[in-house]
Amino acid sequence: MDQTVWTWFFVLLSFSAYLGIAIWSRAGSTNDFYVAGHDVHPTVNGMATAADWMSAASFLSMAGLIAFMGYGGSVYLMGWTGGYVLLALLLAPYLREFGKFTVPDFVGDRYYSTFARVVAVICALFVSFTYIAGQMKGVGVAFSGFLGVPFEWGIIIGMVIVFFYATLGGMKGVTYTQVVQYCVMIFAYTVPAIFISLIITGHVLPQVGFVSNVRGEDVSMLAKLNTTLTDLGFREYTSTDKSMLDVIAITGALMFGTAGLPHVIIRFFTVKNAKAARYSAGWALVFIALLYTTAPAVASFARLNFIDQVNGATYITDDVDYATEAAAITAAGGKPVPAWYKDWEKSGYLPFEDKNGDGVMQYRGPNSPDGIENEVNPNRDIFVLANPQIAALPGWVIGLVVAGGLAAALSTAAGLLMVISSAISHDLCRRTLFPMMTDKTELRVARASAAAAVVAAGLLGLFATSLPFVAQVVAFAFGLAAASLFPIIFLGIFWSRMNKEGAVFAMLSGLISTFWYIVYFKFGGGTPDQYLFGVSPEGIGFVFMFMSLAIGIGVSLITAAPPQDIVDLVEDIRIPGTREPHGIADKGMQPDRDYGEEGLAPIPAE
Amino acid sequence: MSDVQKKPRLTSDEAKAYWSSALRLTVGLLAVWFAVSYGAGVIFREFLDQFSIGGAPLGFWFAQQGAIYVFVALIFIYCFAMNRLERRYGLGG
Repeated sequence: MDQTVWTWFFVLLSFSAYLGIAIWSRAGSTNDFYVAGHDVHPTVNGMATAADWMSAASFLSMAGLIAFMGYGGSVYLMGWTGGYVLLALLLAPYLREFGKFTVPDFVGDRYYSTFARVVAVICALFVSFTYIAGQMKGVGVAFSGFLGVPFEWGIIIGMVIVFFYATLGGMKGVTYTQVVQYCVMIFAYTVPAIFISLIITGHVLPQVGFVSNVRGEDVSMLAKLNTTLTDLGFREYTSTDKSMLDVIAITGALMFGTAGLPHVIIRFFTVKNAKAARYSAGWALVFIALLYTTAPAVASFARLNFIDQVNGATYITDDVDYATEAAAITAAGGKPVPAWYKDWEKSGYLPFEDKNGDGVMQYRGPNSPDGIENEVNPNRDIFVLANPQIAALPGWVIGLVVAGGLAAALSTAAGLLMVISSAISHDLCRRTLFPMMTDKTELRVARASAAAAVVAAGLLGLFATSLPFVAQVVAFAFGLAAASLFPIIFLGIFWSRMNKEGAVFAMLSGLISTFWYIVYFKFGGGTPDQYLFGVSPEGIGFVFMFMSLAIGIGVSLITAAPPQDIVDLVEDIRIPGTREPHGIADKGMQPDRDYGEEGLAPIPAE
Repeated sequence: MSDVQKKPRLTSDEAKAYWSSALRLTVGLLAVWFAVSYGAGVIFREFLDQFSIGGAPLGFWFAQQGAIYVFVALIFIYCFAMNRLERRYGLGG
């Protein structure tokens, strides 16, 4: 079969699975819709969390970024996995014990304040919309690069699918779809990695190949990559030009950001109890680690392969027949530009500029020893997608990778849509504006806001074409989550003296400062020499998180202590199985109570 | 369905003791978390890079692989230790 046929085959097969699950798992109540009835098994939830959280950035961009950054790419590897340790140890079990539907729900109830709830809604929407733009861009890239569908149509197809299973099944539909999406993703990611590892090192496990010798040579793969790179004027792969402080800050922003991401946190509300939440975080990291320990291997293999095939290749222009010309070059003992390069060149992601006019492609680093200028500028986002072609793997592998990339983007988009729709229907409508609303009405509002959010996300994706690399856009969402949401959730659990004034100031200061810093340096003309402590915008969330923590503590200490009810509540959630309803925090809504048609008692003014 | 099960309430001394054990465990595991990621992977990377594991410099390997394996282990150690702690206080089941 032809490669495009394979690609359509895998994409259609996976999409019909998603739709089938949506129909099978229709949500019947808000409990189903928001938290999948609280009865998802920890291992299943771990798998869903892994898919939810591994986005287009993890699947499509990360290996490419690491391939170019070398050691510097470790910030993504450590940051995006280390956050799960924080989540498991500091947040997930306690939030589950608290037992609500959403992150703003926790904030509003723990800080006994509708205002704090609304600010948390704003933070959650901010983080989620920043993140979703990156996902939609990923969907567009996968569709336009492989299926010949225009970018815009790619986004629309993706949106229709998500629309169907998110509005119909809510969290329940999303959960089981994500389980399938995880399987698609991990299979699609590891199969080419295994092939490539076998080709380059002869080891089946890419994780082993990563630390082994090149096949048939007495030199390790990484050492060979280092020499190859320095010979061409690049940095050594195992070194970085980032300052240690910047590495620490970016890693921290990604770690604490992961722990503060609302779409990840709500996944832990779907399990039965605190114990299940802990296991679930562990399983999530196991499933994530399968991909994350493969990624650095994929990255180094891809870099080595890319240089090997592109550097010194004779370029073939579009006005001659590629096959004849390539055969002629090979016959003359030369190296023709590979066919996959010509394929990807059309997308504009692999520009070649023959600066010295010799018709040969010179790929060089900034310190090129032979004085030749670099002529090839590959886009980092294409590496995972183009990797199977680079390694000359069979057509079905390529189709599989496309389906995997779409699964990654769609699963995360769906998780984010759940945050957006629950923030609007539950926190804004039910808990803030119309407390008398019945469960049935709320479910309708939840479906309607999920639908509206899908449309908004699609529009955002269409405008995201002009945004920088997918992984970098996503990194901003992490900074925002780290600085605005993590501190108040953390303090809300571990410091019972934390009050509503502190929470509001902490959230707002973290959100505004991080947002301003990123906008100023990315779009407002700021230059790197103006960086605060030399920390780049990707890592600034980490610095402002400490500021937000300090402001939260400071403001709490100079304002009135929280009511006794809240202090009791905080003590309850620390000890599993002892959670009881507490006055102000639970007024009108107790965990897991079925409200049926009667609606909620109005929440009295504070 | 109900989460709010009637569990034997701990006396306030027991609750304090439980919470301080849980905190000690959390802080201990976070110290390891810090040591393998920021410690081995970033701060002492150059020192560790003189050693190697397979064909990879050790500090670099920790930053790209080793830390992740340790993270997984840490969460499961936490799960087991918390289960034991809960059992000792008759909590959680």
